[in-house]
Amino acid sequence: MSLIPAALATATGLGVAGAAAGLVLPQRVRGAVVGVLTAGVGVAGGASGVAALGGSRWSAEVPGLLPLAGTHFAVDALSGLFMAVAGAVVAAVAVYGVGYVAGHGAHGLGSRGAQAVLPLFALSLLLVPAAASVSTFLLLWELMALTSLLLVLAEHRARPAVREAAVWYAVMTHLGLVLLLAGFMVYAAQAGGETFAALRSGSGAMSPAVRGLVFVLTAVAFSSKAGLVPLHAWLPRAHPEAPSAVSALMSAAMVNLGVYGLVRVGFDLLGGGPAWWWLLAMAMGGLSAVYGILQAAMASDLKRLLAYSTSENMGLVVLGVGAAGLFDHAGNKALAGLALAAALLHVVNHSAFKALLFCAAGSVLRATGERNLDLLGGLRARMPLTTGLFALGALGAVALPPGNGFISEWLLLQSMIHGLAVPGVTTAIVLPVAVAVIALSSGLAAAVFVKALGVGFFARPRAEGAAAARESPLLMLAGMGLLAALCAALALVPGLLGDGLDRAVEAVGYPGTRPVSGGGLQVRLDEVSAVLSPLWVVATLTVALGAVTATVRWAGRRRQRRTRARLWDCGGGAPTPRMAYTATSFAEPLQRVFDDVLAPEQDVDVTPVRESAYLVERVKFRNRVPDRIEHRLYRPVLDFLAAAGQSARRLAGGSVHAYLGYGFFGLVTLLVVLVVGW
Amino acid sequence: MNTVGYTAIVLQVGAVVAGAPLLTGLMRQTRARLEGRAGAGVLQPWRDVRKLLRKEPITPVGTGPAFRWAPPLLVATSLVLAVLVPLISTDTPVRGRADLIVVVSLLALGTLALALAGLDTGTAFGGMGASREMAIAALVEPTILMAVFALSIPAGSTNLPVIVAGAADQPARLTSPAGLLAIAALAVAVLAESGRLPVDNPATHLELTMVHEAMTLEYAGPDLALVEFGAQLRLTVLLGLLASLFAPWGIATGASLAAVLLALLLAVLKVAVLGMALAAAEVFWAKLRLFRVPELLAGSFLLALLAVTASYFLGGEGGQ
Repeated sequence: MSLIPAALATATGLGVAGAAAGLVLPQRVRGAVVGVLTAGVGVAGGASGVAALGGSRWSAEVPGLLPLAGTHFAVDALSGLFMAVAGAVVAAVAVYGVGYVAGHGAHGLGSRGAQAVLPLFALSLLLVPAAASVSTFLLLWELMALTSLLLVLAEHRARPAVREAAVWYAVMTHLGLVLLLAGFMVYAAQAGGETFAALRSGSGAMSPAVRGLVFVLTAVAFSSKAGLVPLHAWLPRAHPEAPSAVSALMSAAMVNLGVYGLVRVGFDLLGGGPAWWWLLAMAMGGLSAVYGILQAAMASDLKRLLAYSTSENMGLVVLGVGAAGLFDHAGNKALAGLALAAALLHVVNHSAFKALLFCAAGSVLRATGERNLDLLGGLRARMPLTTGLFALGALGAVALPPGNGFISEWLLLQSMIHGLAVPGVTTAIVLPVAVAVIALSSGLAAAVFVKALGVGFFARPRAEGAAAARESPLLMLAGMGLLAALCAALALVPGLLGDGLDRAVEAVGYPGTRPVSGGGLQVRLDEVSAVLSPLWVVATLTVALGAVTATVRWAGRRRQRRTRARLWDCGGGAPTPRMAYTATSFAEPLQRVFDDVLAPEQDVDVTPVRESAYLVERVKFRNRVPDRIEHRLYRPVLDFLAAAGQSARRLAGGSVHAYLGYGFFGLVTLLVVLVVGW
Repeated sequence: MNTVGYTAIVLQVGAVVAGAPLLTGLMRQTRARLEGRAGAGVLQPWRDVRKLLRKEPITPVGTGPAFRWAPPLLVATSLVLAVLVPLISTDTPVRGRADLIVVVSLLALGTLALALAGLDTGTAFGGMGASREMAIAALVEPTILMAVFALSIPAGSTNLPVIVAGAADQPARLTSPAGLLAIAALAVAVLAESGRLPVDNPATHLELTMVHEAMTLEYAGPDLALVEFGAQLRLTVLLGLLASLFAPWGIATGASLAAVLLALLLAVLKVAVLGMALAAAEVFWAKLRLFRVPELLAGSFLLALLAVTASYFLGGEGGQ
């Protein structure tokens, strides 16, 4: 018996045991037991993923489990990659969650319901990539959606905003499910079978129109799960309002599965397609990348900022996936493999740093009760370890060396730049724009995370919550430490992924180009070569840093100790925290630059004193940057639905006779239609 | 391995480190003479560095590690850049590492460290400088990346020595539409990145306009020396990069010591001429209003995008 089924069975057993423990155990021990069992789910599921990345494959059919269709499982290297990522995130976040729940009492994430659902959510994250038939996949997909929805709702007693976020999330995820269901139904009917093997073999004989329809339906559904613009509206609501451990799981493991679905259906099952599929994917990816990071630049809610950054990073990933499809369509399989490898590597890196960032944001929220960056600050002195961990995650997110995000964006850029090998007007127009999108989004990401770190953690506290902050408990730090170690390992020795990345790319039929090996990255194609060695960059930077400090020491003639001095206060007395820049003021120049895109709303209310119009008593200034796409796209639909509902209310006058009349009328109409129709 | 390559690196780093303050001195002196002043002499920046290094180091109350470590990190990134960028020879032991994306990212890392230091002070000036600097950097980094991509496409690599050696072999690449557009875009981006007129005035301390100086207002003594030295290093490396990319003549491509020495002389000359030209131009320029700066940068970003598109189109038809 190979490792994969044993590990998956273990994970399932632990998940179910965790759910039972969450239901049964008293509150005193619930968090710890469920946390340990959930961590076990992560470790076991991650182990099966790693085994699949190592080259083993497994597939099985369990006929009795579901009526009619039975359940089918198959694990290849592509599934393995997503399972390994989800497993690692689940294990680390579960450790963090034990500490998170400990101080929270019986409400929120610590409640009986939430603790029973958490292991099931973790389990579904691990099992979705292993599903190998439409019914199995959809069942697990829906399990994942429902469990995550219940977890988003966990803190609904504390804040009314949670309920609104949960409604948005429930509606959008189920619209996605409907699309997915429609797409898979068309696909299965045409292919003559619902297992992935049947879909794979049946896709060749389908007409291009049906293939296109299937791709569009499923791609739109998957892009909504991945949080791509314009179907992102749930993401900046649900991620901030969920308990932070759940945000981390959603943002670092669940959104990935949207990418997984896109790759699985687009490349593996449908076997690639015409250029317009992939141009559509690239358009959505590019739009998400720029729009997501712009909104993140404007956000002053720390978790909302991170959620928009998720949208950005998933956009970059889908940009890479789309480029891979485009290269494949043009016949350059090697380049397609490289672009896909870059996209998958970015999935791995994003999961590592985003889980860390969300956990750190959760620690801040727990310690200060505050998510608003404008009211934070000064945490560096009060929560030094959390600040350090957040800084490490932010370094990954800004895509600068020596962070881990840099590695995958480097590879992504390499695959785009060398798209010149693919002739044609389309690539000549699309690829420069794609490169510009990646460049612009990484430039803006730097501003975003300087804001998050510099305003949120440095300087002095701007409110009492931040001033009273204490360092998080040990288990939370340990969970974040695991994620930080993962980030550092991915940043310094990406070769740890070994041939796994190659096998994942080969699983969908592209030649692996071995971009990641040993201590670095290298791109070797026919006309291209490029090498990146992160360890070398870090080593040189360290040597240079040492040389600089040593020289400064040596140059100061007398050995002098650092003296402390007052900040420059223009002679007006010590500056108060209210004088410091806030996140809103930090973002103001960028808001001006992108004024036309963001369309911010500003209100200035000046109240003069009664005696003179020139003496101002009070100035009220309100600045809001609404999500413009959401505003334009969703508001009309919602308004229409609300209006339709309002006018339909006139039918419901409260009279029982009228209601009986409706029923009678309906029945008669139906009967008449049936009689005439048949 | 090749001793000439190592010699070239040592010479290059030595020249950049020794020459960076001299370049600033030269630019100030040029400007002073053009404005009819006597000027403080070319050596004045070195005297400033020496003076500042001997002062006592000061930590303002309420600042932390970010404030403390930003100046050394700024200088360290600039030093690594001075090692990587091929100013005098393309045949060095680090030629495989000198990746264009790494170079641009290291530049950004220095900017980011200083912006965090500005925010760390918790003063209005520090935050204001950091905010403005990051808004500018968010537009400048993509522009530099795009401009040099336009040049990397004909070379088929993002490796800087390969690009420079290719351009030295085929000067026609530089006069192609892509090359000319990229030069224009990169020139604007270099002005913005090194904080020169018309984007930022390095000589001002007026709160309405200052960007870089606002971030570093709290620094004194040796830390200030490092910040100023770091800025000078960046200016030198960026002007050197500009010279290497667009006037690559004379850069040694083989393992000959004579060629390396000649290249060193030429590189010093090229950077000095560029610096003096910039200083002379600054006499006639006024600083742009802060909120007009993004228009300039967006323009240069567009130029860079056009350059990349042009090189895709022209390279796609002619280069295959």
